[in-house]
Amino acid sequence: MTVIVIANGSVLTPEGWMQTDVAVSGAVIVEIDQVLENATVIDAAGCLVGPGFVDLHTHLREPGQTWKEDVASGSLSAAAGGFTAVVAMPNTDPPIDSPKVVDLVASRGVEVGLVDVIPSGALTVGRSGHAVSDIAALYRAGVRVFSDDGDSVEDSGLLAEIMSTMAALDGAVVAQHAEVSSLTDDGHMHDGAVSRRLGIGGLAAEAESEIVRRDLDLVRRTGARYHCQHVSAESTVEAIRSAKEEGLPVTAEVTPHHLSFTEEDLLSLDTNFKMYPPLRSESDRNVLLEALREGIIDVVATDHAPHLPSEKDVAFPEAPRGVIGLETAASVVWGALAEPDALFKVLSTSPAGIAGLSDHGQAVKPGNKANLVVFAPEEVWNVTSFQSKSANSPYLGADMTGRVRTTIHDGRVSYQSGEK
Amino acid sequence: MKGLITVRDLGPDQLRAMIEEASLLRDMLDRHEEPDPALQGRCVANLFFEPSTRTRLSFELAAKRLGAHVLTLNPATSSASKGESLRDTVLTIAAVGADVMVVRHLEDGVPQSVAEWTGLAVVNGGDGTHEHPTQALLDAVTLSRHYEGLEGLRVGVVGDITHSRVAGSLLHVLPRLGMDVTLVAPTNWLPADTPHQTTTDFDAMIPELDVVYLLRVQTERGGRITDSYVGNFQLDEPRLARMRPDAIILHPGPINRGVEIADEVAESSRSLITEQVRNGVPTRMAVLRAVGL
Repeated sequence: MTVIVIANGSVLTPEGWMQTDVAVSGAVIVEIDQVLENATVIDAAGCLVGPGFVDLHTHLREPGQTWKEDVASGSLSAAAGGFTAVVAMPNTDPPIDSPKVVDLVASRGVEVGLVDVIPSGALTVGRSGHAVSDIAALYRAGVRVFSDDGDSVEDSGLLAEIMSTMAALDGAVVAQHAEVSSLTDDGHMHDGAVSRRLGIGGLAAEAESEIVRRDLDLVRRTGARYHCQHVSAESTVEAIRSAKEEGLPVTAEVTPHHLSFTEEDLLSLDTNFKMYPPLRSESDRNVLLEALREGIIDVVATDHAPHLPSEKDVAFPEAPRGVIGLETAASVVWGALAEPDALFKVLSTSPAGIAGLSDHGQAVKPGNKANLVVFAPEEVWNVTSFQSKSANSPYLGADMTGRVRTTIHDGRVSYQSGEK
Repeated sequence: MKGLITVRDLGPDQLRAMIEEASLLRDMLDRHEEPDPALQGRCVANLFFEPSTRTRLSFELAAKRLGAHVLTLNPATSSASKGESLRDTVLTIAAVGADVMVVRHLEDGVPQSVAEWTGLAVVNGGDGTHEHPTQALLDAVTLSRHYEGLEGLRVGVVGDITHSRVAGSLLHVLPRLGMDVTLVAPTNWLPADTPHQTTTDFDAMIPELDVVYLLRVQTERGGRITDSYVGNFQLDEPRLARMRPDAIILHPGPINRGVEIADEVAESSRSLITEQVRNGVPTRMAVLRAVGL
């Protein structure tokens, strides 16, 4: 039986932050005095110890695009980022729109065994936006987060039907990638000063907020739980704010990169800054940060989207959208919020709650599943390489403060950083 | 000057100096004099990822007249068709030994990406709907050779402005030289947030203009030829007759005869279209000299 003692850390317990040791035996946290000899001791002096992080938005690329990433490399990447659970987006090939593909992805996750891989399910058959997928069957297969991520469900009638079905399913949530495709056809970066200077087609903020406003009207009508993926624009934040004030069952996420960067970072046309939704203005970035602090935005989710250099090193408009984010997310959030409670709230407690993962996101106490992270808030490091198969990160080369030291998944060390 | 990606990087003094230089080179070429082989031993790579005749030929000749070696990439037979990334393609050409790259691409921003990837001097030979700096410069050369001074000239830029990379450069060059620009187009071809005056009434504008600059309808980039466009915006003989007696016509080519310009008008003595083409080589010589030294 694996026995681990995490010693001398500052631990997030149900009673708050405590200077204490944490003992793990088997897959669970145990009382410290139960621990036998021969324990592996992890020195967590100066570190925060809390529940492992949960990513609501990961692209593992398996099945179908395993040259970019697969469950094994994506799990390594997640563990290196302090994650103990990731929600795998369904835009694979074939897409996760049937129990069969759900089982395939979930069982690959169990085989690899570094992180809980939680498949999301497509809202529509083949993610084509035309017909409702078999939501009841997906739900029985364990799916709680449903999304057509990469595309919006634009058809209002169809979405209303989906929401009505899902409102009756306890814990099920509609996660929307908000994008009016007819407004973004020729767009490759935020529609603003930089896109005009570079002559690159713009992506208007309204392409996002129009869908979200429409969706919120349908939430009011159907009562379905709704989660807004990767919020990028001030107008969307305002729509979410008023929905929350009204008491609608709504949550929202922001990506780390939208907290760090703006359209100005695209002046060099580096395709590692190209994603959807695009990096927007400095004023949008400040609104997102403030909304995260206020809780209007509930979680930080990575939208980890691996692409190879050969795919990214092309004309900017032709480059695929998306950047990786699992291995840098915690450092970015720490840099943005610099507050231990907030770090674990937006990266662990809140996302675990939204995805209904009771083994994750809990304060550290005996009896709980041992899904833990040790985070060194003062460690300075430079982003040079990744566990992911891809390296399309806007943080490549950046100096970061705060680093994941150790990740424990299911009672076993799933990641241990090389240096102290 | 480290490359020429956008005319926005050129101030009025720099513009005037380059125009003057190009004009001197034009005079030399007219006298069949050999210019100083300023680029001897240098290599200019022409990367035309999009078809081009006049721009490619004139860059080629300009580079040769300055004594440079010239590589011309034909993307259809290059590795681009074997799945090699654009970055790898241009890095290979840089490694072969290019000193200057002239880049044309159907996508916006590629010349800048090439400059970022290679660190070489890159001249934008036209990218997407973004810019075509050497076209705007040779237009300015043509105007400066025709007029005593450019200050205060009234120029109407007519047609498919939103899809035109020529307009993308021209609309920054002309005002910097003191010209007064009005955009003349149907509403859907007028940019939303332009600092220039705009009108949809070409007929009312014609008698006011010193220069009528016609743009080609960019059908390959989403411009659509319609009856109402041809009826309201084609420069035909009745409209030519209403132009000021000393007003001139410019067009960047290729011309769509019978669309933006009537056949007879293209051939009229008021058209400086052939002059524009003649100024292509000396203008590109001036640019290559400025970036290749």
